[in-house]
Amino acid sequence: MPEVLKAPLAVEFPFTRSLGPVQSAFLTGLRERVVLGVKAKDGRTLVPPVEYDPVTAEEIRDLVEVAPTGTVTTWAWNHEPRRGQPLDTPFAWVLVRLDGADTALLHALDAPGPDAVHTGMRVRVRWAEERSGAITDIACFEPYDGEPAGPTGHSGEFADAISGIVAFARLDYTYSPGRAQSDYIHALSERRTVGERCPSCRKVYVPPRGACPTCGVATAEHVEVGPRGTVTTFCIVNIKAKNLDIEVPYVYAHIALDGADLALHGRIGGIPYDQVRMGLRVEPVWTEGARYPDHYRPTGEPDAEYDTYKELL
Amino acid sequence: MTRDIAVVAFAQTDHRRTTDELSEVEMLMPVLHEVLDRTGLKTADIGFTCSGSSDYLAGRAFSFTLALDGVGAWPPISESHVEMDGAWALYEAWTKLLTGDADTALVYSYGKSSPGSVRDVLTRQLDPYYVAPLWPDSVALAALQAQALIDAGDTDEPALAAVAARSRADATANSHAQLRGSLPQGEYLVRPLRTGDCPPIGDGAAAVVLAAGERARELCERPAWIRGIDHRIEAHSLGVRDLTDSPSTRLAAEKAGAFERPVDTAELHAPFTSQEVVLRKALRLDDSVRVNPSGGALAANPMMAAGLIRIGEAAAGIHRGESDRALAHATSGPCLQQNLVAVLEGDPR
Repeated sequence: MPEVLKAPLAVEFPFTRSLGPVQSAFLTGLRERVVLGVKAKDGRTLVPPVEYDPVTAEEIRDLVEVAPTGTVTTWAWNHEPRRGQPLDTPFAWVLVRLDGADTALLHALDAPGPDAVHTGMRVRVRWAEERSGAITDIACFEPYDGEPAGPTGHSGEFADAISGIVAFARLDYTYSPGRAQSDYIHALSERRTVGERCPSCRKVYVPPRGACPTCGVATAEHVEVGPRGTVTTFCIVNIKAKNLDIEVPYVYAHIALDGADLALHGRIGGIPYDQVRMGLRVEPVWTEGARYPDHYRPTGEPDAEYDTYKELL
Repeated sequence: MTRDIAVVAFAQTDHRRTTDELSEVEMLMPVLHEVLDRTGLKTADIGFTCSGSSDYLAGRAFSFTLALDGVGAWPPISESHVEMDGAWALYEAWTKLLTGDADTALVYSYGKSSPGSVRDVLTRQLDPYYVAPLWPDSVALAALQAQALIDAGDTDEPALAAVAARSRADATANSHAQLRGSLPQGEYLVRPLRTGDCPPIGDGAAAVVLAAGERARELCERPAWIRGIDHRIEAHSLGVRDLTDSPSTRLAAEKAGAFERPVDTAELHAPFTSQEVVLRKALRLDDSVRVNPSGGALAANPMMAAGLIRIGEAAAGIHRGESDRALAHATSGPCLQQNLVAVLEGDPR
């Protein structure tokens, strides 16, 4: 069995999210070192506050200030912090019921070790140095043995309330393409295009994905196709893609390689864009060290008859 | 109109830590073939197909459309997908069969957790405003629940270790399981949970075939009739919930008729030992009920499939004549946030 191909893959995205009025007040409050809750229909004060009642689903808007001190309702010792978590030294995850609140907020507690943490212990907010209106404006909680801190009497109205947050997310993967696509990529590295034939309908798939989507059975028989092929259909690209060093306009085409029963995609070069046509015969152009064809160019053969590729459109 | 609908076949992969050599469809397809072979059906005979999966696990956009290659979806089939465990795909298929639009359904789900870091991936399902920016991983949240149970006197670390040991001992009889036999309880992963309290991370797939009425009897000697199935969800904010209880499970069980008569077997989707404690309480299971004879999610927990596998295992016990009335449970979200309960029965012998 050939070597399993692997490559790192990072999926990264900044989510721009708009806030409802309650979320906006809560997160703006954190920026101003004020913790706000919301009154639920059953009279409980919910912290963190939500836009809709968790029981009745009614809109709730009645903001109440609570104290930055509170009590741990449950905890878990995290001796190995992971990327993105509030502290990079060992800490306790905690649910904290702030003084004046009836529900608990999830955050980190900075404590010397698990023996220093227990349910019922008193804690207070440690504010982040720089605050922007985010849950991370609370840097973490810290042990506290003083009296419950009093609310500042804030109304919950802010002159410059935030209306949205940008939340960054990144997930790292090790991508492996599986058996059929690995075989395809290995063959491409020798400048050969190898598809797979369905044992049932006999169609040759290029690139192969390991299954015939029509018959739902595994494909395995390797079939070398091309290198020449026929343009079955195409489009003219007029907008330059980000990070792509190709002059526009250019032609992107479906190309049925000789012997294949499925067209693959490729760029057409070596011919003015307005002269590309259905039926044009093309061949791959490889650049030094490349693992796949850079583009396809005309072979100079007469165009293919429509009937020879009409089933491949 | 009501129709009797049954699970008539079940198949699953051997669940493994990694399946680098296989794409998702390559992993899934043998299971689809196996489940269809058990009924003698072909794709073209199936009235409705529904799947469950999540692209975030392996980081492959639209992987569920590629998975359809393994079904053979041409000529076009009647098909749907949920970004949830396959147990919820089964629920959708069950409702479709209830309408009379279809007499048979293929339900499958799969998850490849090995390409990514599932503890981190699962943080992305959390409240994006107040919780996800803190990246609390799945083990950390389960550990908060476990500590709440310990504080409430509902369990302790030795009792949790016993759940782990029983599950993996039972899994020795399950050739598909990933963790089997006697395993050390290990160090704390996030205290109070030790590695032994946590499910294995791995890749796997499962599939079932549903059929209605007489069609079910034609396809299976002893169909596992779905007497009731329901799912319920709790508030997303962890601090609003009582983590030591699962009212959503209890309500789903009530609606599914679980409390009308005792069950002999329960397949519970409890990825963490502490969650079995919560579920036993919510479902009022006593020692007369066999819990997770398959080993449960502590023995194999392919994401998006582990819940469907609970239904499949419960049904397979009825097919084999080892069980007459079984409860199957599936969960989704942090700390048992959303729960599905199905009650399955075999015809009297």
